[in-house]
Amino acid sequence: MSDTIANPGQALAPSRGEKFRQRVLPLIFLAMVLALVPLMAPSRTMYSLLNAIGINIVFALSYNMLLGRGGLLSFGHAVYFGLGGYAAMHAMRAIEAGDGGFWSAYPVFGLPLVGFAAGALAGAVIGWPSCRRAGTAFAMISLGVAELIAAAGFMFASVFGGEEGVTGDRMNGPELFGLSLGPVGEVYLFIAFWTVVGTGLIYGFTRTPLGKLSEATRDNPERVQFIGFDPVRVRYLVFIIAGAFAGLSGGMAAVNYEIFTPESLSLHPSGFVLLMAYIGGIRYFVGPVLGALVLTVMQSMLSDFTEAWLLYLGVLFIAIIMFAPGGLAGILFGTGAALRRDGLRGSLGTLGVKTCGIVLSFLGLVVLIEVVVRWSNGYGEVFEPFGLALESGSPLTWALVTVLCAAGFALLRIAARNTNERGA
Amino acid sequence: MNLFVKAALAAMVGVTPVAALAQDTLKIAFIDPLSGPFGPSGDAALRHWQYAADEVNAGDGINGQKVEIVAYDNKINPKESLVQLQKALDQGIRYVVQGNGSSVASALIDAIEKHNRRNPGEEVLFLNYAAVDPAFTNERCSFWHFRFDSDADMKMNAVTDWLKGQDDIKKVYIIGQDYSFGKAVAAAATEMIAAKRPDIEIVGNELHPLGKVKDFTPYVQKMISAGADAVITGNWGADIVLLIKAATASGHEVPYLTYYAGSLGAATAMGEGAVGRVKQITEMNTNLETPGPQDVLIDGFETKNSDISYYYHRIFNAMEMFDAAATKAGSVEPIKVAMALEGLEYETAYGPVTMRADNHQILQPLYMSTFSKEVKRDVEDLGLGWTSGAGDRIEAANTSMATTCEMKRP
Amino acid sequence: METILFSLLNGVIYGLLLFMLSSGLTLIFSMMGILNFAHASFYMLGAYFAFSFTQVTSFWIALIFAPILVGLFGAVVERWGLRNVHQHGHVAELLFTFGLAYLIDEVVKIVWGKNAVDYRVPAELDFPLFELFGAQYPAYRMFILLVAVAMLAALWYLLKRTRVGLIIQAALTHPHMVGHLGHNVPRIFMAVFGAGCALAALAGVIGGNYLVTDPAMAAFMGPIVFVVVVIGGLGSLEGAFIASLLLGLLQTFAISVDANFADLFGWTGLTATSELGGITVASLAPMLPFLLLVLILIVKPTGLMGDREA
Repeated sequence: MSDTIANPGQALAPSRGEKFRQRVLPLIFLAMVLALVPLMAPSRTMYSLLNAIGINIVFALSYNMLLGRGGLLSFGHAVYFGLGGYAAMHAMRAIEAGDGGFWSAYPVFGLPLVGFAAGALAGAVIGWPSCRRAGTAFAMISLGVAELIAAAGFMFASVFGGEEGVTGDRMNGPELFGLSLGPVGEVYLFIAFWTVVGTGLIYGFTRTPLGKLSEATRDNPERVQFIGFDPVRVRYLVFIIAGAFAGLSGGMAAVNYEIFTPESLSLHPSGFVLLMAYIGGIRYFVGPVLGALVLTVMQSMLSDFTEAWLLYLGVLFIAIIMFAPGGLAGILFGTGAALRRDGLRGSLGTLGVKTCGIVLSFLGLVVLIEVVVRWSNGYGEVFEPFGLALESGSPLTWALVTVLCAAGFALLRIAARNTNERGA
Repeated sequence: MNLFVKAALAAMVGVTPVAALAQDTLKIAFIDPLSGPFGPSGDAALRHWQYAADEVNAGDGINGQKVEIVAYDNKINPKESLVQLQKALDQGIRYVVQGNGSSVASALIDAIEKHNRRNPGEEVLFLNYAAVDPAFTNERCSFWHFRFDSDADMKMNAVTDWLKGQDDIKKVYIIGQDYSFGKAVAAAATEMIAAKRPDIEIVGNELHPLGKVKDFTPYVQKMISAGADAVITGNWGADIVLLIKAATASGHEVPYLTYYAGSLGAATAMGEGAVGRVKQITEMNTNLETPGPQDVLIDGFETKNSDISYYYHRIFNAMEMFDAAATKAGSVEPIKVAMALEGLEYETAYGPVTMRADNHQILQPLYMSTFSKEVKRDVEDLGLGWTSGAGDRIEAANTSMATTCEMKRP
Repeated sequence: METILFSLLNGVIYGLLLFMLSSGLTLIFSMMGILNFAHASFYMLGAYFAFSFTQVTSFWIALIFAPILVGLFGAVVERWGLRNVHQHGHVAELLFTFGLAYLIDEVVKIVWGKNAVDYRVPAELDFPLFELFGAQYPAYRMFILLVAVAMLAALWYLLKRTRVGLIIQAALTHPHMVGHLGHNVPRIFMAVFGAGCALAALAGVIGGNYLVTDPAMAAFMGPIVFVVVVIGGLGSLEGAFIASLLLGLLQTFAISVDANFADLFGWTGLTATSELGGITVASLAPMLPFLLLVLILIVKPTGLMGDREA
């Protein structure tokens, strides 16, 4: 008698080694990479960028617990980020006041935990009415709540600080791990620590029975009821936990920026986290991480090169929705799978054509946007890529735009036709 | 999950040390709104700064260095301002100028205090040209902050002095933006009117959200219902333009005593109906008698920037006093410039100004200007502009007020 | 008394503007199941197109052609954008319109600049119509009222008295049945989407100079229009109408009330010096629509007049 017959599921289950390789190793690798960064002596700009990325990774992952894993489309996730951040901010002020109570012994390093608790509490209160519905009603309630709380933020100045917001100083209270948290390099270590902890815990959550149930509720709430669980309760619990992790990232942001303003509760940051998660790919755990990385880099670096960076972001988002619902992660995994299936030579042709098509049409778009941006500014500035003066009036510009776009679209069509034929 | 690997690699590729920028020019970070309801205000100020920089560069620059203004759009959000400040600091910029919004200035003062404490040797100096919450030169004063505009209390002092002579005004309505500056104006108005004209009744004291009201008609109708004889407002940017637009449309013809009716677009919204009725309190207006070089400056500015009028004279004061302080200190090191700025006296086209050493507040002459038809220089191509008469000038020394500032010097 | 009269007038005008936006949205929503996040962006496009028209021609040309242009653009978006996304489900459609709103915002900023444009009331209508209790009432506001009422009548006639209206009404409640009867449902969708956008654009043309024409106007109006549609109830134009007027009046009246929480709830011991007591009813105005939305969704998810859940 072999084990496989006694427990037929065992044969399908991944081996221990596989489990380690797929589930634990990437996290260890992430931690190592983050730990190695300071050795390369990055500039202050790079540290600021990495800190923002870390915060956004945890925030986007917490959002995806709702959208990707739970099927709950929320337009108000920044509320929990903001409330967690505000709680951490007030705790930071209490540490600064240092009146000998509990807070004067609390290290600033642990503030994300305060955010975590506040986010969970806010989720528990707001989630109670809103989680009774799914789908569009849930989305609308989340939008209403977000606007309501953002508006209240400007009214209750003692809690939210009004237009000025609430500020604090992170260099107070007991130091943990010998970090004063003054220089940006030390803040980086703080952010890196909590990014790894947050990512690890959120990943761990997907492996718990509740995590699995939340996916089941997303796919078919009725069946979840048949097997004896209450979908409303499952949604509610997931909502609380997602709120908690959003609060955790809010706490990280509080320490990093030392300020929170009521705008951080509003629709705008909520929309941004939606973009991060969706562009990254909501069906993959790593999707939001990718999305956070790409969008944060775009936000802080691309905005220095072009005023129209939000337009590129919009185009990217629309393109992902229309042509690659799996997001960036979907594209990468899809390419990887195609390579494995057809071999390098088999897939190279289609892949090459596709890439060329995307690159060409993208270049055409860039030329169009940049030329128009400069024309509309009216400062007489000329878009000069590689020493090529592209004026808004010159036929060369428009010929270039047309040729690039037309060639790109043609290639994409060919690629699409090839795929269809093979599929059929 | 193995995508973590790729993500991490991508992060690593990004980690390449950026080479230190060559410091041949002296960069000044301009952090103000360049989009949204206050975008026009920020844009106009930026062009004043750029013109002031051109003027300085036409000479020998500041202490021999050419000046460059680097603009950052903060969308008038304090948090966004700190993100932009961080960007400026990362580029090695040591001077920050800002003016639109005391909420932003408050965050900047706080952040710069912290930065300077944490990074000795890399201090940053904040030259504030328009954020006039009195707190910044009183209980919240900072060694790293210098204000080149008269604060809300000093301006209200001038407004209420004018009010003393207007016996027919019996009922005043105060309207302002709901943040520290609007509250400061309201508080100063209530207190000073009670002291100088106890017979005046304040029939309304209202705060509205900053930059969010699109139609002020309901507010104006409230003022009319309350029977106000005069309106006092500290509104600026879109909030003054739209308030005036609604007042004109509703035919509310009482004096509007404003801080910023000179904001871009307000004059067009006022039109002829506002002549003699709308007043503003500023450091100058373009129809004052001035020495020749000032006329050349204004002409030059308005020729280069044909769509806006010369308005922020204080920006030129700030730039020239910065220049003078740097020359006096023989350095552009912020700490030395700050020391040299303290107590600095400077002769401008509108009289002598002084930077107070005890709280870093400028003392400058103020003028009560009236919207008028008989003008040499008009605004917004209307044939209308701002003028002031004989009794409308308040000497610099008379604007001085007591301070609660306890300056901590490094 | 005068406060009530003025608030009534202003509230009705604001409410009718809201209805112009929400009528299109509710038609699109109930027929196609799409919550069009970009609807307010079409309103903004209407105002900007009208501004550009007035630069070269006159306001009256803009009043006719700006909505038509925007309507055509809406139809294009439906045909080549939304219809392709349809296969990926409702969430994808919703997100598509969300992305579209982003895109339109940015394009507007690039083409017309980041600041407000000087879109003015036409000179023919720029005079005080009458004077009430010392305050003049601008003629343009009455014009808005007239246009809105004319639109309302036309819409009512179209939906209740014509064959096209009959089909649309049927498609509102039983889209599949209409398809089975041999009507080209995708084309109806396209036409309704375009018409809805045109209505939003009309609101933009007459509202853009009454309020402010700037790139933030879509983000400002968007959420409020959603609130109207949900409060009114899905698939119910009557509901949208009532909700629009309700919200318009509620917001204007809130501003004109000169009371704070301490005045209202003084019996609980609340004082005007405390923070909660110091909050004025006027400052609550921007919050009210969303408070109403959350309450309605919790208490009566079908909305005031609707028969379907959101």
